Amino acid sequence: MSTEARGVTKRFGERIALRDVSLSVAEGELLAIIGPNGAGKTTLLSILAGILEPDAGELSRPMREIGWVPQQPAVYGKLSVRENLLLFARLERVADPAAVVERMLAQTGLADRADDELGTLSGGNRQRVNIAVGLLADPPVLLLDEPSSSLDPRQRERLWRFVDGLARENRTAVVFTTHNVAEAERWADRVLVLADGEVVFTGTPAELRTAEHHEERTDFEGAFVRFLRERGH
Amino acid sequence: MRWLLLKDLQILRRSKLLVGLLVVYPIAIALLIGLALSRGPDKPAVAFLNQVPLGQAVTNVGGEEIDFSRYADEIFEAVDPVRVKTRAEAIEKVESGAALAALIIPPDVVDRLNGGLGQAEIEVLYNGDALKQSYVQATIDSQLARANAALSAKIRDVAVEDLAVLTDGGEIHTPIGSHDLLGLRTAKEILAATLAELPADAPVRAGIERVDDFAGQALIGLGFATPALRAVSAPIQVETTVLSGSRTPLDAYAVALAVAVSLLLVSVLLAAGVLALEREEQAYGRLVRGLVAKTTLLAEKIALAAGCSALVGLAMLCGIGAFTGVDWSRFGLWIAALAAGALGCSALGVAIGALAREVRAASLLGLLLALPLAFLALVPSGAVAGGLYDVVRVVNAAFPFKPTLQALDAAVNGAEPGLWGSVAHLLALTAAFAALARLALRRFTA
Ligand SMILES: Nc1ncnc2c1ncn2[C@@H]1O[C@H](COP(=O)(O)OP(=O)(O)OP(=O)(O)O)[C@@H](O)[C@H]1O
Ligand SMILES: [Mg+2]
Repeated sequence: MSTEARGVTKRFGERIALRDVSLSVAEGELLAIIGPNGAGKTTLLSILAGILEPDAGELSRPMREIGWVPQQPAVYGKLSVRENLLLFARLERVADPAAVVERMLAQTGLADRADDELGTLSGGNRQRVNIAVGLLADPPVLLLDEPSSSLDPRQRERLWRFVDGLARENRTAVVFTTHNVAEAERWADRVLVLADGEVVFTGTPAELRTAEHHEERTDFEGAFVRFLRERGH
Repeated sequence: MRWLLLKDLQILRRSKLLVGLLVVYPIAIALLIGLALSRGPDKPAVAFLNQVPLGQAVTNVGGEEIDFSRYADEIFEAVDPVRVKTRAEAIEKVESGAALAALIIPPDVVDRLNGGLGQAEIEVLYNGDALKQSYVQATIDSQLARANAALSAKIRDVAVEDLAVLTDGGEIHTPIGSHDLLGLRTAKEILAATLAELPADAPVRAGIERVDDFAGQALIGLGFATPALRAVSAPIQVETTVLSGSRTPLDAYAVALAVAVSLLLVSVLLAAGVLALEREEQAYGRLVRGLVAKTTLLAEKIALAAGCSALVGLAMLCGIGAFTGVDWSRFGLWIAALAAGALGCSALGVAIGALAREVRAASLLGLLLALPLAFLALVPSGAVAGGLYDVVRVVNAAFPFKPTLQALDAAVNGAEPGLWGSVAHLLALTAAFAALARLALRRFTA
C-alpha cells in the first residue's frame, strides 16, 4: 500500500468540508477524485499533502514523501521558469539540482521558455511549471489538484501520458482531481466520488457506469451526473 | 534559508518600481518630518556697522575697563555678521534681503557711556520677513539684554564702590583723575570731636550740630542704598537646569528621527510585503510542507528586511553626515543602533505580514500601524495629561519605534538614555514580535 488515509474529518467553523473520508492508493496506481464544486476535493488533497490539519483521522505517510501540485500555481511570478525550478530543487535538496532542472525542462517541453519570467507566461504554461515543481523530488506519491484544467488538448494529452508513465515505470502512486470526467475514465485505475464532503463511491470507472442502473450506459459523464442526482446531490 | 534569501533578493531586484517607492517614500517622509521639526537657518545674516573709531571700543567705567568688542562677539556667535562700511550700505543689505537685519553702533556710544550723557544707544533695522524677523529679533534682543546686564553689573559694582568711599573714605576715580575722599563716617567723627571741645555757648555750635546730624542721617540712608542698588541691577537671577529629557539640540535630534522613521517604514513594509508575497504567490503552502520550517521562513524575512533597511539607514546617515558635522568616530555605534532598530522593526513587519494574505493588504496594515507609532513616539511629556502619557509610554515601549529612535539618538548624538539599554530593549522586542508572527502563522495558515 503506497499511502492511506482513514476517517478524515475536516470542519471550517460550522461547515463540515470532509466527513469520515478514507482512501488508499497503491504503488503504480492512478486514483481520480471527482465530485461537484465545493465537494471537498481540494481540502482532501491538502490534508493528504500535510498543509491542512484534519480534525480527525490518520495518514500513513509523512508529507515529506508526498509530491503536491496545488490547484493554484504556487510559483514566483518574478522569477524565470528555470529559477523557479532551481529554487525548489535546491529546497528539496535533490542530488544535482541543475541536472534535474534541465531534465524537467526537457520533459515538460518548457526548455524554450526557460529564461522567461513566469508572470509573462500564459495560464496554461504557468500550470505546467507548477506541475513540474511538484515532480522535482521524484516522490513515491503524487497529488495533482485539477492539473489539466487550464491546458490545451495537446498539453493535456502530453500531461496524462507523462503521469501515466510515472505510474507505470516509476511505480508512483498518483491521486488527481478533475472535472473532466472523461479524463478520469480514460486515465484512472479507480475513481472516488466525493459529494458534500462524503465518499459516495469508490471503484473502477466501469463499476461507476454499472452503479447507475436506470438509463442506457453509453455516456460516462451522464452516468456520473445521474449517479449524483440519484443520491440527492 | 540562503536560497530563499537569494530568491527574495532576485524578486526585489526585478521589482524596481516597488523597491524604489519603498525606499524613496519613507526617506521623503522622514526628511519632511525632520525638516518640519528642525529650526530655520541657524545663523541669520545680519549687517553690522561699527562707527566707533578704531581703538576706542574700550571704555573706562570708574577705572574698570570694558571692551565692547567682547559683547559684539557674543552677538556674532548667534548671527552671521555681514560687515558694512556705511549706514546706506547697511540699509541696502536689509532692503535687498541679503541681511535680515542691520546692527549699527553709532560713533558716540562710548562717549555717552563714559560721560554719563544718558543711555548709550545702538540702532537695529529689520526687514519685514515676518517668519524670520521674529527669530532674528529674539536673537539680537537676547544678546543685547545679556550685554546690558553685564554692563549694568559693572556700573553697579563701581557705584557700590563709590558709595563705600563716600561713607568710609578712600580713593575715588573719575575721568578727571583720582581724589582722596574723607568719607562721611570720618567727617562725623571729626565733627563730634570738634563739638566736644567747643564751649556750650559757642555761636558756631548750632551750625556744626546740624552738619553732624546730616552726616548721621546720610550714613543711615546710604546704608540702605547699597543693597537697593544690588537688587535693581539683577532683579531676578535665573538658574537653568534641564531635567531628565533629551539634551540633544533639535537639529541633531531631527537627523536621528529622520533615520528612525525611514528604518521603521522600510523594515515594516518590506518584511510584511515579502512574507505576504509567499502567500499571495501560493508558494507558502509548498514551502512549509517540510521544505522550510516556519521559524526559518520568518527568520529569513526578518534578516532580509533588516539588512535592506539598515543599509538604507546607513546610507542616509552617511549622506547627512557628508553635509553636516556628525561625529564619524561613532560609526561603530551607528551600526549597532541601526542593526538593532532594523531587527526590531522587521520583526514587527513579519508579525503584520503573517496576518495578511496579500502584499497590498500587508502594506496597508503596515502603514496604518507605523505612522501612528511614529507620531506617538514624538508626543512630549506634558503635552497630554499624566495618565494618558503613561499609556503613551507603555505603547511606545511595546513597539520598536521609540527604542529605535532612542538608540539612534544615543549612537549619533550621545543622547541619554544610553545606547545599550535601547539595543537590549529592541532585541527583546524582536524576539517578542517574531514569536507573535509565528503564532499568527499557525492561526492563519494555508
Ligand atoms: N480555508 C477555508 N475556510 C473556510 N471554508 C473553506 C476553506 N477551504 C475550503 N472551504 C470550504 O470547504 C468546502 C470544500 O472546498 P474545496 O475547495 O475542498 O472544494 P473542491 O471540491 O476542491 O471544489 P472545486 O471543484 O471548486 O475546486 C467548500 O464548501 C469550501 O467553501
Ligand atoms: Mg478544488
